[in-house]
Amino acid sequence: MAMSRDDIFTKVQEVLVDALAVDDDEVSYESTLMGDLGAESIDFLDIVFRLEKAFGIKIPREELFPAESLMNDAELVHNGKLTDKGIKLLREKMPHTDLTDFEKNPDINKMSDLFTVNAIVNYIENKIS
Amino acid sequence: MRWIWIDKFKEFETGKRAVAIKNVTLAEEHLHDHFPGFPVMPECLMIEAMAQTAGILVGEAKKFQEKVILAKIKKAVFFDFVKPGDTIELEANIESIAPEAASISGKITRDGKIIAEIDLMFSHIDQNLAGIEFPEENFVFGSETSVFKTLLQDILLKSSKKTEAN
Repeated sequence: MAMSRDDIFTKVQEVLVDALAVDDDEVSYESTLMGDLGAESIDFLDIVFRLEKAFGIKIPREELFPAESLMNDAELVHNGKLTDKGIKLLREKMPHTDLTDFEKNPDINKMSDLFTVNAIVNYIENKIS
Repeated sequence: MRWIWIDKFKEFETGKRAVAIKNVTLAEEHLHDHFPGFPVMPECLMIEAMAQTAGILVGEAKKFQEKVILAKIKKAVFFDFVKPGDTIELEANIESIAPEAASISGKITRDGKIIAEIDLMFSHIDQNLAGIEFPEENFVFGSETSVFKTLLQDILLKSSKKTEAN
């Protein structure tokens, strides 16, 4: 039987509580991983590993956190901001996200705010269906 | 010269698990101050011992080509004191390993009794540059630090003989 969105959310919530040492009531659909939940770069990998175990799936890191892998490329990030090349690539990888505000100040710390709990739930829902 | 905080590998399964031991002795000067009249191994140094055991396991899995850096202490829970004269056994298991990083779960025991549970994450930093440049040479497992490999020689020789015998 397919899992409901709420079932998926509950599991994702557990993963984030363990990975980021936050309380479960801090994790909502709208929470941003870095801004609200305090995730750092290595935490993204921790989350990917834990999601793989929790849902029994394989997650290519590029797929779930494309912006995160952009952040690790010296050509695409300079002085903490995305380069023009980086912005172009981000647009390609996140076609369904409105990047207008972000492009005005492509600070990589803000880029991570594009990643929310909701985005993870969407991704998992799509992956296991 | 590297600071080595484990004495010997007892078991080593490439890419899977490693068991190392560390003998604790009153010749370690920090124990004189930690604490005066009550010497116990600092818990941070138990984490260090696990990080070395697991770090070498993770490094060997990629044939020491990656710069393996401790990136996150996911869990560190301690159940008992470790005192001079104790031999602790450190067991590390690779839970997940990817091109960029590895996640391990570890436990420390003394005479089979649980002392600590320590779960760690390591980053292969060349795969996680974030715009930062690191030196070309492998400062984790390069020639200057070959003592790590010395530590592994005997156990790897033993396990390869075992494979041949089978």
